[in-house]
Amino acid sequence: MCDTCGCNVTHSNAHLVTDKGKLARTEDGRQAITVLQNLLTENDRQAVHNRQHFDKQSILAINLMSSPGAGKTALLEATIDGLADEFSIAVIEGDLETENDAQRIRDKGVPALQISTGSACHLDAHMVHDALHHLDLNGVDIVFIENVGNLVCPASFDLGQHRNITLLSVTEGDDKPAKYPVMFRAADLILLTKSDLLEVIDDFDPQQAEHYVRQLASEAPVLQLAARRKIDIDSWLDWLRDEVMAQRERRINNLSLRPNIQPEGAALHSADKYHHDDHDHHHQHTHSHRHSPS
Amino acid sequence: MHELAICQALIEQVEDLARDNHAVSVETIWLQVGPLSGAEIPLLEHAYPLAAAGSIAENANLVIDTMPVRVHCKKCGEESEASTNRLICAVCGDYHTKLISGDEMVLSKLEFDK
Ligand SMILES: Nc1nc2c(ncn2[C@@H]2O[C@H](COP(=O)(O)OP(=O)(O)OP(=O)(O)O)[C@@H](O)[C@H]2O)c(=O)[nH]1
Ligand SMILES: [Mg+2]
Ligand SMILES: [Zn+2]
Ligand SMILES: [Zn+2]
Repeated sequence: MCDTCGCNVTHSNAHLVTDKGKLARTEDGRQAITVLQNLLTENDRQAVHNRQHFDKQSILAINLMSSPGAGKTALLEATIDGLADEFSIAVIEGDLETENDAQRIRDKGVPALQISTGSACHLDAHMVHDALHHLDLNGVDIVFIENVGNLVCPASFDLGQHRNITLLSVTEGDDKPAKYPVMFRAADLILLTKSDLLEVIDDFDPQQAEHYVRQLASEAPVLQLAARRKIDIDSWLDWLRDEVMAQRERRINNLSLRPNIQPEGAALHSADKYHHDDHDHHHQHTHSHRHSPS
Repeated sequence: MHELAICQALIEQVEDLARDNHAVSVETIWLQVGPLSGAEIPLLEHAYPLAAAGSIAENANLVIDTMPVRVHCKKCGEESEASTNRLICAVCGDYHTKLISGDEMVLSKLEFDK
Protein backbone atom coordinates (compact mmCIF):
# COMPACT_ATOMS: atom_id res chain seq x y z
CA MET A 1 0.00 0.00 0.00
CA CYS A 2 1.04 3.56 0.50
CA ASP A 3 4.39 3.39 2.24
CA THR A 4 5.37 7.04 2.29
CA CYS A 5 2.34 8.57 3.83
CA GLY A 6 1.87 7.23 7.30
CA CYS A 7 -1.26 5.33 6.28
CA ASN A 8 0.47 2.27 7.69
CA VAL A 9 0.66 3.69 11.16
CA THR A 10 -2.47 2.63 12.96
CA HIS A 11 -3.69 3.00 16.50
CA SER A 12 -2.74 -0.58 17.17
CA ASN A 13 0.86 -0.32 16.07
CA ALA A 14 1.54 3.28 16.96
CA HIS A 15 2.83 2.41 20.43
CA LEU A 16 5.73 0.57 18.80
CA VAL A 17 6.98 3.79 17.36
CA THR A 18 5.80 6.41 19.83
CA ASP A 19 7.11 4.82 23.00
CA LYS A 20 9.83 7.17 24.07
CA GLY A 21 9.43 7.36 27.81
CA LYS A 22 12.89 5.98 28.46
CA LEU A 23 14.87 9.07 27.86
CA ALA A 24 16.30 10.92 30.85
CA ARG A 25 16.67 14.57 30.17
CA THR A 26 18.76 17.21 31.83
CA GLU A 27 18.49 20.95 31.54
CA ASP A 28 22.22 21.33 31.00
CA GLY A 29 23.57 22.57 27.75
CA ARG A 30 20.20 22.79 26.10
CA GLN A 31 19.75 25.28 23.37
CA ALA A 32 16.84 26.46 21.26
CA ILE A 33 16.89 28.02 17.83
CA THR A 34 14.14 29.58 15.79
CA VAL A 35 14.02 28.16 12.29
CA LEU A 36 10.83 29.05 10.40
CA GLN A 37 11.50 26.88 7.41
CA ASN A 38 8.92 25.29 5.19
CA LEU A 39 8.87 21.53 5.73
CA LEU A 40 8.98 20.86 2.02
CA THR A 41 11.90 23.22 1.36
CA GLU A 42 13.89 20.51 -0.36
CA ASN A 43 11.01 19.61 -2.67
CA ASP A 44 10.39 23.28 -3.36
CA ARG A 45 14.04 23.82 -4.25
CA GLN A 46 13.86 20.99 -6.76
CA ALA A 47 10.61 22.41 -8.12
CA VAL A 48 12.24 25.77 -8.73
CA HIS A 49 14.94 23.97 -10.66
CA ASN A 50 12.37 22.05 -12.72
CA ARG A 51 10.61 25.30 -13.52
CA GLN A 52 13.90 26.71 -14.78
CA HIS A 53 14.19 23.74 -17.12
CA PHE A 54 10.75 24.51 -18.51
CA ASP A 55 11.34 28.24 -18.71
CA LYS A 56 14.66 27.87 -20.46
CA GLN A 57 12.96 26.03 -23.27
CA SER A 58 9.88 28.20 -23.24
CA ILE A 59 7.73 25.25 -22.27
CA LEU A 60 4.40 25.61 -20.51
CA ALA A 61 4.11 23.01 -17.72
CA ILE A 62 0.69 22.00 -16.48
CA ASN A 63 -0.15 19.80 -13.52
CA LEU A 64 -3.45 17.92 -13.81
CA MET A 65 -5.02 16.83 -10.55
CA SER A 66 -8.30 15.10 -9.70
CA SER A 67 -9.78 12.16 -7.90
CA PRO A 68 -9.20 8.79 -9.61
CA GLY A 69 -11.09 8.48 -12.86
CA ALA A 70 -12.29 12.08 -13.18
CA GLY A 71 -11.07 12.07 -16.77
CA LYS A 72 -7.48 13.37 -16.79
CA THR A 73 -6.25 10.98 -19.47
CA ALA A 74 -9.40 11.44 -21.53
CA LEU A 75 -8.84 15.20 -21.34
CA LEU A 76 -5.28 14.75 -22.58
CA GLU A 77 -6.46 12.56 -25.46
CA ALA A 78 -9.00 15.15 -26.55
CA THR A 79 -6.46 17.94 -26.11
CA ILE A 80 -3.92 16.16 -28.29
CA ASP A 81 -6.59 15.67 -30.96
CA GLY A 82 -7.46 19.36 -30.75
CA LEU A 83 -3.98 20.89 -30.62
CA ALA A 84 -1.54 18.45 -32.21
CA ASP A 85 -1.39 20.58 -35.36
CA GLU A 86 -0.54 23.72 -33.39
CA PHE A 87 1.71 22.62 -30.57
CA SER A 88 4.22 19.96 -29.72
CA ILE A 89 3.10 18.14 -26.58
CA ALA A 90 4.79 15.78 -24.13
CA VAL A 91 3.22 14.02 -21.16
CA ILE A 92 4.55 12.82 -17.84
CA GLU A 93 2.25 10.15 -16.46
CA GLY A 94 1.86 9.65 -12.74
CA ASP A 95 -0.09 6.43 -13.07
CA LEU A 96 2.24 4.53 -10.78
CA GLU A 97 0.79 1.07 -11.16
CA THR A 98 0.26 0.51 -14.87
CA GLU A 99 1.49 1.72 -18.24
CA ASN A 100 -2.10 2.13 -19.41
CA ASP A 101 -2.34 5.91 -19.36
CA ALA A 102 1.09 6.39 -20.96
CA GLN A 103 0.12 3.92 -23.66
CA ARG A 104 -3.13 5.79 -24.36
CA ILE A 105 -1.07 8.96 -24.90
CA ARG A 106 1.51 7.21 -27.10
CA ASP A 107 -1.30 5.79 -29.20
CA LYS A 108 -2.00 9.42 -30.10
CA GLY A 109 1.56 9.84 -31.32
CA VAL A 110 2.69 11.93 -28.38
CA PRO A 111 5.70 11.03 -26.19
CA ALA A 112 4.68 9.95 -22.72
CA LEU A 113 6.98 9.12 -19.86
CA GLN A 114 5.70 6.90 -17.13
CA ILE A 115 6.82 7.64 -13.60
CA SER A 116 6.90 4.26 -11.99
CA THR A 117 8.90 4.84 -8.87
CA GLY A 118 7.55 6.42 -5.79
CA SER A 119 4.64 6.55 -3.51
CA ALA A 120 1.16 5.65 -4.55
CA CYS A 121 -0.37 8.92 -3.53
CA HIS A 122 1.41 11.88 -5.12
CA LEU A 123 4.21 12.99 -7.40
CA ASP A 124 7.06 15.10 -6.07
CA ALA A 125 9.52 17.43 -7.73
CA HIS A 126 12.35 14.90 -7.71
CA MET A 127 10.33 12.32 -9.63
CA VAL A 128 9.36 14.92 -12.20
CA HIS A 129 12.96 16.05 -12.54
CA ASP A 130 14.03 12.49 -13.26
CA ALA A 131 11.30 12.21 -15.85
CA LEU A 132 12.38 15.46 -17.48
CA HIS A 133 15.83 14.04 -18.10
CA HIS A 134 14.31 11.07 -19.87
CA LEU A 135 12.16 13.13 -22.18
CA ASP A 136 13.29 14.88 -25.32
CA LEU A 137 12.06 18.40 -24.66
CA ASN A 138 13.42 19.90 -27.84
CA GLY A 139 10.76 21.98 -29.52
CA VAL A 140 8.11 20.97 -27.01
CA ASP A 141 5.51 23.66 -26.25
CA ILE A 142 3.47 22.04 -23.49
CA VAL A 143 4.36 19.43 -20.89
CA PHE A 144 1.38 17.95 -19.12
CA ILE A 145 1.96 16.19 -15.84
CA GLU A 146 -0.90 13.84 -15.02
CA ASN A 147 -0.70 13.54 -11.26
CA VAL A 148 -1.85 10.55 -9.25
CA GLY A 149 -5.63 10.41 -8.91
CA ASN A 150 -6.05 11.79 -5.39
CA LEU A 151 -7.71 14.95 -4.10
CA VAL A 152 -5.45 15.28 -1.05
CA CYS A 153 -1.73 14.56 -1.35
CA PRO A 154 -0.76 16.05 -4.74
CA ALA A 155 -1.81 19.54 -3.65
CA SER A 156 1.10 19.82 -1.24
CA PHE A 157 3.94 19.20 -3.69
CA ASP A 158 5.18 21.82 -6.10
CA LEU A 159 6.48 20.04 -9.19
CA GLY A 160 7.79 23.05 -11.07
CA GLN A 161 4.61 23.54 -13.08
CA HIS A 162 3.26 26.93 -14.12
CA ARG A 163 -0.38 26.08 -13.76
CA ASN A 164 -2.50 23.72 -11.70
CA ILE A 165 -5.69 22.36 -13.14
CA THR A 166 -8.15 20.48 -10.99
CA LEU A 167 -10.78 18.31 -12.65
CA LEU A 168 -14.10 17.59 -10.99
CA SER A 169 -16.35 15.13 -12.77
CA VAL A 170 -20.07 15.64 -12.45
CA THR A 171 -20.49 12.20 -10.93
CA GLU A 172 -18.53 13.20 -7.83
CA GLY A 173 -20.92 15.69 -6.28
CA ASP A 174 -20.88 19.47 -6.57
CA ASP A 175 -19.66 19.98 -3.00
CA LYS A 176 -16.18 18.52 -3.59
CA PRO A 177 -14.54 21.99 -3.45
CA ALA A 178 -15.91 22.43 0.07
CA LYS A 179 -14.71 18.99 1.11
CA TYR A 180 -11.22 19.32 -0.41
CA PRO A 181 -10.42 23.01 0.03
CA VAL A 182 -6.65 22.56 -0.17
CA MET A 183 -6.87 20.93 -3.57
CA PHE A 184 -9.40 23.30 -5.07
CA ARG A 185 -7.68 26.38 -3.66
CA ALA A 186 -4.54 25.29 -5.51
CA ALA A 187 -6.26 25.30 -8.89
CA ASP A 188 -5.66 28.01 -11.50
CA LEU A 189 -8.45 26.49 -13.57
CA ILE A 190 -11.22 24.10 -12.65
CA LEU A 191 -12.74 21.79 -15.23
CA LEU A 192 -16.12 20.22 -14.58
CA THR A 193 -15.73 17.04 -16.62
CA LYS A 194 -18.11 14.47 -18.09
CA SER A 195 -20.71 17.18 -18.59
CA ASP A 196 -22.54 14.85 -21.00
CA LEU A 197 -23.67 13.01 -17.88
CA LEU A 198 -25.36 16.07 -16.35
CA GLU A 199 -28.67 15.00 -17.79
CA VAL A 200 -28.58 11.78 -15.79
CA ILE A 201 -26.80 13.12 -12.71
CA ASP A 202 -29.51 15.63 -11.94
CA ASP A 203 -28.26 16.72 -8.53
CA PHE A 204 -24.94 18.11 -9.77
CA ASP A 205 -25.38 21.86 -10.09
CA PRO A 206 -22.40 23.48 -11.89
CA GLN A 207 -23.31 26.86 -10.38
CA GLN A 208 -23.27 25.37 -6.92
CA ALA A 209 -19.85 23.86 -7.62
CA GLU A 210 -18.61 27.27 -8.69
CA HIS A 211 -20.15 28.84 -5.59
CA TYR A 212 -18.13 26.47 -3.40
CA VAL A 213 -15.00 27.43 -5.35
CA ARG A 214 -15.66 31.15 -4.72
CA GLN A 215 -16.12 30.41 -1.03
CA LEU A 216 -12.46 29.40 -1.10
CA ALA A 217 -11.59 32.93 -2.22
CA SER A 218 -10.62 31.51 -5.59
CA GLU A 219 -11.10 33.45 -8.78
CA ALA A 220 -10.10 30.49 -10.93
CA PRO A 221 -12.27 30.12 -14.03
CA VAL A 222 -14.63 27.15 -13.95
CA LEU A 223 -15.26 25.52 -17.32
CA GLN A 224 -17.39 22.53 -18.12
CA LEU A 225 -16.72 20.00 -20.85
CA ALA A 226 -17.03 16.39 -21.93
CA ALA A 227 -13.67 15.31 -23.26
CA ARG A 228 -14.81 11.87 -24.38
CA ARG A 229 -17.59 13.37 -26.48
CA LYS A 230 -15.57 16.45 -27.46
CA ILE A 231 -18.36 18.64 -26.13
CA ASP A 232 -17.54 22.23 -25.11
CA ILE A 233 -13.80 21.71 -25.34
CA ASP A 234 -13.16 24.91 -27.29
CA SER A 235 -12.91 27.24 -24.32
CA TRP A 236 -10.47 24.83 -22.69
CA LEU A 237 -8.33 24.76 -25.84
CA ASP A 238 -8.48 28.57 -26.02
CA TRP A 239 -7.38 28.82 -22.39
CA LEU A 240 -4.40 26.62 -23.25
CA ARG A 241 -3.52 28.63 -26.34
CA ASP A 242 -3.52 31.81 -24.26
CA GLU A 243 -1.32 30.16 -21.64
CA VAL A 244 1.22 28.99 -24.23
CA MET A 245 1.41 32.54 -25.60
CA ALA A 246 1.73 33.99 -22.11
CA GLN A 247 4.56 31.59 -21.33
CA ARG A 248 6.41 32.57 -24.51
CA GLU A 249 6.04 36.20 -23.55
CA ARG A 250 7.33 35.54 -20.06
CA ARG A 251 10.34 33.81 -21.62
CA ILE A 252 11.08 36.87 -23.73
CA ASN A 253 10.88 39.06 -20.65
CA ASN A 254 12.86 36.63 -18.53
CA LEU A 255 9.95 36.08 -16.16
CA SER A 256 8.60 32.98 -14.55
CA LEU A 257 5.28 32.05 -13.04
CA ARG A 258 4.25 29.86 -10.20
CA PRO A 259 0.73 28.54 -9.78
CA ASN A 260 -1.50 31.07 -8.07
CA ILE A 261 -1.46 29.43 -4.71
CA GLN A 262 1.12 27.15 -3.25
CA PRO A 263 0.46 25.53 0.08
CA GLU A 264 2.94 27.24 2.31
CA GLY A 265 3.11 29.75 5.08
CA ALA A 266 1.77 32.94 3.63
CA ALA A 267 3.66 34.95 6.22
CA LEU A 268 6.96 33.39 5.22
CA HIS A 269 6.50 33.73 1.53
CA SER A 270 5.19 37.16 0.80
CA ALA A 271 7.37 37.39 -2.33
CA ASP A 272 5.73 38.18 -5.63
CA LYS A 273 4.49 35.27 -7.64
CA TYR A 274 6.35 36.79 -10.55
CA HIS A 275 10.07 36.82 -10.20
CA HIS A 276 13.03 37.35 -12.43
CA ASP A 277 15.04 34.30 -13.15
CA ASP A 278 18.65 34.10 -14.05
CA HIS A 279 18.32 31.78 -16.98
CA ASP A 280 22.01 31.24 -17.27
CA HIS A 281 22.34 30.12 -13.70
CA HIS A 282 24.43 27.09 -12.96
CA HIS A 283 22.18 24.09 -13.01
CA GLN A 284 23.19 22.21 -9.97
CA HIS A 285 22.42 18.67 -10.94
CA THR A 286 23.46 16.76 -7.94
CA HIS A 287 22.32 13.54 -9.56
CA SER A 288 21.74 12.05 -6.22
CA HIS A 289 18.06 12.48 -6.84
CA ARG A 290 16.04 11.09 -4.08
CA HIS A 291 12.99 9.47 -5.52
CA SER A 292 10.39 9.08 -2.92
CA PRO A 293 11.66 8.31 0.50
CA SER A 294 10.82 4.76 1.44
CA MET B 1 -1.96 10.87 2.83
CA HIS B 2 1.60 11.97 2.45
CA GLU B 3 2.50 12.85 6.01
CA LEU B 4 5.31 10.32 6.26
CA ALA B 5 7.02 11.95 3.27
CA ILE B 6 6.61 15.31 5.01
CA CYS B 7 8.04 13.95 8.26
CA GLN B 8 11.00 12.47 6.41
CA ALA B 9 11.70 15.86 4.86
CA LEU B 10 11.40 17.37 8.34
CA ILE B 11 13.93 14.92 9.78
CA GLU B 12 16.40 15.74 7.02
CA GLN B 13 16.11 19.42 7.87
CA VAL B 14 16.44 18.74 11.57
CA GLU B 15 19.54 16.61 11.02
CA ASP B 16 21.15 19.35 8.95
CA LEU B 17 20.39 21.95 11.62
CA ALA B 18 21.58 19.68 14.40
CA ARG B 19 24.85 19.07 12.57
CA ASP B 20 25.35 22.78 11.92
CA ASN B 21 24.82 23.48 15.61
CA HIS B 22 26.93 20.57 16.87
CA ALA B 23 23.99 19.11 18.75
CA VAL B 24 24.22 15.68 20.32
CA SER B 25 20.49 15.16 20.50
CA VAL B 26 17.33 16.98 19.56
CA GLU B 27 14.96 17.54 22.46
CA THR B 28 11.95 19.29 21.02
CA ILE B 29 10.73 20.14 17.55
CA TRP B 30 8.08 22.81 17.14
CA LEU B 31 5.97 22.93 14.02
CA GLN B 32 3.35 25.37 12.88
CA VAL B 33 0.69 23.71 10.78
CA GLY B 34 -2.40 25.34 9.37
CA PRO B 35 -5.56 23.45 8.43
CA LEU B 36 -5.07 24.55 4.81
CA SER B 37 -1.53 23.21 4.56
CA GLY B 38 -2.67 19.87 3.24
CA ALA B 39 -1.12 18.03 6.18
CA GLU B 40 -3.26 16.48 8.87
CA ILE B 41 -1.84 17.01 12.35
CA PRO B 42 -2.85 13.60 13.78
CA LEU B 43 -1.29 11.90 10.76
CA LEU B 44 1.90 13.91 11.19
CA GLU B 45 2.01 12.84 14.82
CA HIS B 46 1.57 9.21 13.84
CA ALA B 47 4.11 9.32 11.05
CA TYR B 48 6.76 11.29 12.93
CA PRO B 49 8.20 8.44 15.04
CA LEU B 50 8.59 6.27 11.96
CA ALA B 51 10.55 8.98 10.18
CA ALA B 52 12.58 9.86 13.26
CA ALA B 53 13.64 6.32 14.12
CA GLY B 54 17.41 6.04 14.09
CA SER B 55 17.93 9.76 13.61
CA ILE B 56 19.31 12.37 15.99
CA ALA B 57 15.70 13.37 16.65
CA GLU B 58 14.64 9.84 17.57
CA ASN B 59 13.61 10.84 21.09
CA ALA B 60 12.51 14.37 20.42
CA ASN B 61 9.15 15.71 21.44
CA LEU B 62 7.08 16.95 18.55
CA VAL B 63 5.00 20.00 19.41
CA ILE B 64 2.59 21.14 16.73
CA ASP B 65 0.93 24.54 16.92
CA THR B 66 -2.28 24.70 14.93
CA MET B 67 -2.40 28.00 13.11
CA PRO B 68 -5.65 29.93 12.78
CA VAL B 69 -7.30 30.49 9.42
CA ARG B 70 -7.32 34.24 8.79
CA VAL B 71 -7.97 36.30 5.70
CA HIS B 72 -7.28 39.86 4.61
CA CYS B 73 -10.10 41.39 2.59
CA LYS B 74 -9.06 43.07 -0.66
CA LYS B 75 -12.37 44.92 -0.73
CA CYS B 76 -12.70 46.48 2.72
CA GLY B 77 -9.16 45.97 3.99
CA GLU B 78 -10.18 44.23 7.20
CA GLU B 79 -8.68 41.11 8.66
CA SER B 80 -10.93 38.38 9.97
CA GLU B 81 -11.16 34.79 11.10
CA ALA B 82 -12.37 32.32 8.48
CA SER B 83 -12.90 28.59 8.15
CA THR B 84 -11.18 26.17 5.78
CA ASN B 85 -13.94 26.03 3.22
CA ARG B 86 -15.35 29.50 3.75
CA LEU B 87 -12.54 31.98 3.19
CA ILE B 88 -14.75 35.02 2.81
CA CYS B 89 -14.45 38.31 4.66
CA ALA B 90 -16.31 38.18 7.97
CA VAL B 91 -16.76 41.95 7.87
CA CYS B 92 -18.17 42.65 4.42
CA GLY B 93 -18.80 39.15 3.05
CA ASP B 94 -16.66 39.55 -0.06
CA TYR B 95 -14.76 36.55 -1.42
CA HIS B 96 -11.84 38.55 -2.77
CA THR B 97 -9.60 37.78 0.16
CA LYS B 98 -6.01 36.77 0.68
CA LEU B 99 -5.10 34.09 3.15
CA ILE B 100 -2.73 35.51 5.75
CA SER B 101 -2.59 32.49 8.04
CA GLY B 102 -3.73 28.90 7.90
CA ASP B 103 -1.63 27.21 5.21
CA GLU B 104 1.62 27.00 7.16
CA MET B 105 3.65 23.84 7.27
CA VAL B 106 6.69 25.18 8.99
CA LEU B 107 9.51 24.06 11.24
CA SER B 108 9.43 26.92 13.70
CA LYS B 109 11.80 26.07 16.52
CA LEU B 110 14.28 23.45 17.58
CA GLU B 111 15.66 22.67 21.03
CA PHE B 112 18.71 20.45 21.35
CA ASP B 113 21.48 19.33 23.68
CA LYS B 114 25.05 20.13 22.90
N1 LIG C 1 -19.35 10.04 -20.12
C1 LIG C 1 -18.08 10.43 -20.08
N2 LIG C 1 -17.14 9.63 -19.57
C2 LIG C 1 -15.86 10.06 -19.54
C3 LIG C 1 -15.49 11.34 -20.00
N3 LIG C 1 -14.18 11.51 -19.80
C4 LIG C 1 -13.74 10.36 -19.25
N4 LIG C 1 -14.75 9.48 -19.09
C5 LIG C 1 -14.66 8.11 -18.58
O1 LIG C 1 -14.22 8.11 -17.26
C6 LIG C 1 -13.37 6.98 -17.02
C7 LIG C 1 -12.03 7.44 -16.50
O2 LIG C 1 -11.41 8.28 -17.44
P1 LIG C 1 -9.86 8.55 -17.43
O3 LIG C 1 -9.57 9.55 -18.50
O4 LIG C 1 -9.11 7.27 -17.47
O5 LIG C 1 -9.71 9.20 -16.00
P2 LIG C 1 -8.36 9.56 -15.19
O6 LIG C 1 -8.66 10.73 -14.36
O7 LIG C 1 -7.24 9.64 -16.14
O8 LIG C 1 -8.20 8.25 -14.29
P3 LIG C 1 -6.93 7.85 -13.37
O9 LIG C 1 -5.69 8.19 -14.14
O10 LIG C 1 -7.11 6.39 -13.14
O11 LIG C 1 -7.07 8.64 -12.10
C8 LIG C 1 -13.25 6.25 -18.36
O12 LIG C 1 -14.17 5.21 -18.39
C9 LIG C 1 -13.62 7.34 -19.35
O13 LIG C 1 -14.17 6.81 -20.53
C10 LIG C 1 -16.54 12.18 -20.54
O14 LIG C 1 -16.31 13.31 -20.98
N5 LIG C 1 -17.79 11.68 -20.54
MG1 LIG D 1 -5.38 8.69 -16.06
ZN1 LIG E 1 -1.43 8.14 1.24
ZN1 LIG F 1 -14.28 42.81 3.56
